[in-house]
Amino acid sequence: MATTDVARQNTGGQLERKRIVNDMSIQVATVNGSGSQSSNTVLLRAIFQMGVPISGKNLFPSNIAGLPTWYTIRANKDGYIGRKKEIDFLVAMNAETAQDDVMSLAAGASVLYDEPLGLDKLRNDLIFYSVPYDKIVATVCPEAKLRKLVKNMVYVGVVAQLLEIEMGEVEKAIRKQFAKKVKAATLNLAAAQAGFDYAKASLQKRGVFYIERMNKTAGKIIIDGNSAAALGCMFAGCTVVTWYPITPSSSLVETMIDYMKEHRIGPDGKATFAIVQAEDELAAIGMVIGAGWAGARSMTATAGPGISLMSEFAGLAYYAEIPGVIWDIQRVGPSTGLPTRTSQGDILATAFLSHGDTKHIMLIPSSAAECFSMASEAFNLAEQFQTLVFVMSDLDLGMNNWMSDPFEYPTTPIKRGKVLGKEELTKLGGFARYRDLDGDGVGYRTLPGTEHPAAAYFTRGSGHNDKSNYSERPDDYENNMERLNRKFESARSFVPRPEIQKGSNAKIGIIAYGTSHWGIIESRDQLRGEYAIETDYLRLRAYPFTREVHEFIEQHERIYVVEQNRDAQMLSLLKLDLKPELIARLRSIAHLDGLPLDARSVTDELSTIEGK
Amino acid sequence: MATTPAAEPRSPEPKTNHIGLTVIDYKGGKTTLCAGCGHNAISERIIEAMYDMGVQPERVAKLSGIGCSSKSPAYFMNRSHSFNSVHGRMPSVATGAMLANRNLIALGVSGDGDTASIGIGQFVHLMRRNLPLIYIIEDNGVYGLTKGQFSATADLGSKLKSGVINDLPPIDTCGLAIELGATFVGRSFSGDKRQLSTMLKAAIAHHGTVMLDVVSPCVTFNDHEGSTKSYKYVKDHEETLQEMSFVPHFEEIDVEYDPGTTVSVTMHDGSHLQLRKLEEDYNPTDRIAAMKRLSEAHDKGEVLTGVFYVNTKAPSFLDMLNMVDEPLATLPESVTRPGREALEAAMEELR
Repeated sequence: MATTDVARQNTGGQLERKRIVNDMSIQVATVNGSGSQSSNTVLLRAIFQMGVPISGKNLFPSNIAGLPTWYTIRANKDGYIGRKKEIDFLVAMNAETAQDDVMSLAAGASVLYDEPLGLDKLRNDLIFYSVPYDKIVATVCPEAKLRKLVKNMVYVGVVAQLLEIEMGEVEKAIRKQFAKKVKAATLNLAAAQAGFDYAKASLQKRGVFYIERMNKTAGKIIIDGNSAAALGCMFAGCTVVTWYPITPSSSLVETMIDYMKEHRIGPDGKATFAIVQAEDELAAIGMVIGAGWAGARSMTATAGPGISLMSEFAGLAYYAEIPGVIWDIQRVGPSTGLPTRTSQGDILATAFLSHGDTKHIMLIPSSAAECFSMASEAFNLAEQFQTLVFVMSDLDLGMNNWMSDPFEYPTTPIKRGKVLGKEELTKLGGFARYRDLDGDGVGYRTLPGTEHPAAAYFTRGSGHNDKSNYSERPDDYENNMERLNRKFESARSFVPRPEIQKGSNAKIGIIAYGTSHWGIIESRDQLRGEYAIETDYLRLRAYPFTREVHEFIEQHERIYVVEQNRDAQMLSLLKLDLKPELIARLRSIAHLDGLPLDARSVTDELSTIEGK
Repeated sequence: MATTPAAEPRSPEPKTNHIGLTVIDYKGGKTTLCAGCGHNAISERIIEAMYDMGVQPERVAKLSGIGCSSKSPAYFMNRSHSFNSVHGRMPSVATGAMLANRNLIALGVSGDGDTASIGIGQFVHLMRRNLPLIYIIEDNGVYGLTKGQFSATADLGSKLKSGVINDLPPIDTCGLAIELGATFVGRSFSGDKRQLSTMLKAAIAHHGTVMLDVVSPCVTFNDHEGSTKSYKYVKDHEETLQEMSFVPHFEEIDVEYDPGTTVSVTMHDGSHLQLRKLEEDYNPTDRIAAMKRLSEAHDKGEVLTGVFYVNTKAPSFLDMLNMVDEPLATLPESVTRPGREALEAAMEELR
């Protein structure tokens, strides 16, 4: 047997006695296109079904087949499901990266590898288990061409045996994964069982990591943020979706197509929606705006490069006051950047997207549940304020697997905003499209097709008076711009309020948003436990900032703004909003390696700045 | 007016169309384009055609891009909603509006720069979708609002006022539209009242993408000697494919035609477009022949006008989307928000 258990000597005998339960990260290194996603999902689900909180993150290349991919499952009894920096258990299936993968592990980690790779010679401070996958798979899969596909399921069985994951749960997960394919389920079950049997007979457990049944996942679901957003948009009453494929947003619309086909086609076979793949992002946003103008609940989903292409239209929609919802699943940089890595790099550009004095409402979900609930909020806000609303998700949230409470059915009705119909027009005799009758900066609009001679108005950018007649008069322009500003100020009271968690008498505040949340909640506990640093925490959920954000900053001596971009983009937005004397309280903690934010990086940096 | 209801009113009441509206109900604001601009004549023809066809103005959505042409929707049909959008990207806005409300009659007005240069990307995709929309290019070969630069429909060898010669070949928007799938394609001239009016009425009766390239001279920047888009040049070089007449669905056909010399096209709404052939054997339902004839016109330096291609059989984009009959825009929550059981079922699958 190839197992080399030298870790016992190197780590002073600690490992031998310690038993680490439900607290580990398991990384599976494979080649993309090899079908490992099913195996990884089965492993994730089996642990989840044992009641242990989990998350699953896929680090994948911008490629269809043949390049390395890593899938990391984190299991944590305390519910920390952000990325953990250290890997505790490596499943090395990719010859190309195996050496690097092994060399980057911390001492004491376990490595499960394909026998021919001979990895056990690389280091003597790790625990190695070798598995002859090809031999095992040959015994359970007579068809040679299928072996490649089920080979990955063998490691699931081996890992289950080594970590004491119940095979009953593995079986349940496999049956769910291959729900409609009985033959595939049987074959994969046999492969997992063969892996389990091999490990039981031939491997001697040396590591300290164990999975034990607990009760923290009852009733919960596993979902990715894009699917959650798709469901949310369907229940928000979205009727028009126009889009252009771009990673990592494509799965949002693709999943939505499936859900809409299932739930939004009537008994007569007719759809209560239209989903159109446009020729580019320019057309996608143009269609959103045309549909929003004509009264549909319209949306698109995109990523950074798409956002920049949508810039001109976003300005028109701002000035012409047209509702629409844009999901930005943020990722790193240009198309030839790291398009499959996560980022919060579009915040500043989106807040002011386009020409002239434009500013946009942004909602920022942190969880799958918020992707669902913010969909309804986004559509209601867009129609209430007759403007675009951007929902700033990211790749980590959108494409990775998250544990979540089941979503709550929307309690707020669908609000269509200030729209005058035939009856109202008959009563009023007419209307002025851009007149601020209610003091909130929002005028009344009519929809094309409204059967009333006074319904029509002419839509154009900012060159109009309050009756929507063409005007280049300086006072008309200025009045219009001031009203648009009033509208934005009104939105402050309606956007989602931040979530605030208080420590005890903390002088330090942390402000973060989006997926950074998962690193922050864990880091705060690390800071308290390891450095006795107490922090309060405000999680931003929207732009413009609400009153609570100002109050939070006033209440703390030092504020760390943690974000996943280089230039402290949200901090810059805060600066524009704050009284000058408060600006000096802000400090930036920036994370920009394209990987989801981990708690340890925040803890290290914050404690260092604090002189601990 | 080319075609009016047969009965002449006897009372002092103003004349009305078959839905009881007067021509005033189709008027727009006062034009701010140059006196003599071809675009103003086109606006007049649109008013006539909409009036004659008895189109309810509130059902029409006027959409345009940017440029002189795209300003013109302000000068006709004030009772219709209008959207002066973004340069070259009116097609996407129009598409969105039609998705939201399939009952609208979409009228897109663009120019040659707005279509063939900055807008060529959206133009070609609009054509291949066969979205029900009347797309008019007010084509003068130059950018008017930026003072007379060449556009991509300017003919090879055409001369600017400054003396600059165009040395690049033009994009034939009609040829492109036919190749890509538009189902009603023609070219007319802003100065040809009868032809343009007839084509517009047929366009209203058509269900699918109508692409009309209307040569519309720019009196300020492109009406001089050496220009191929001047009034004089067009009058001297116009070749007309057919003599056309139109019988709307609400009128009886009272003139017999000879099937050997005239093609009668039955439109979606039951109207008839009658095309008396001026060129033997020209068949406006033959795509390949249409492309060939357009290509010949280029070689001969002709300004070829007429209905080049009609196809009343192809499904429209809206048909393909299989949407409910009522506009998506105004569907009630009871229809657009699935019930609790749908959410519960989705959650159960994810547990």
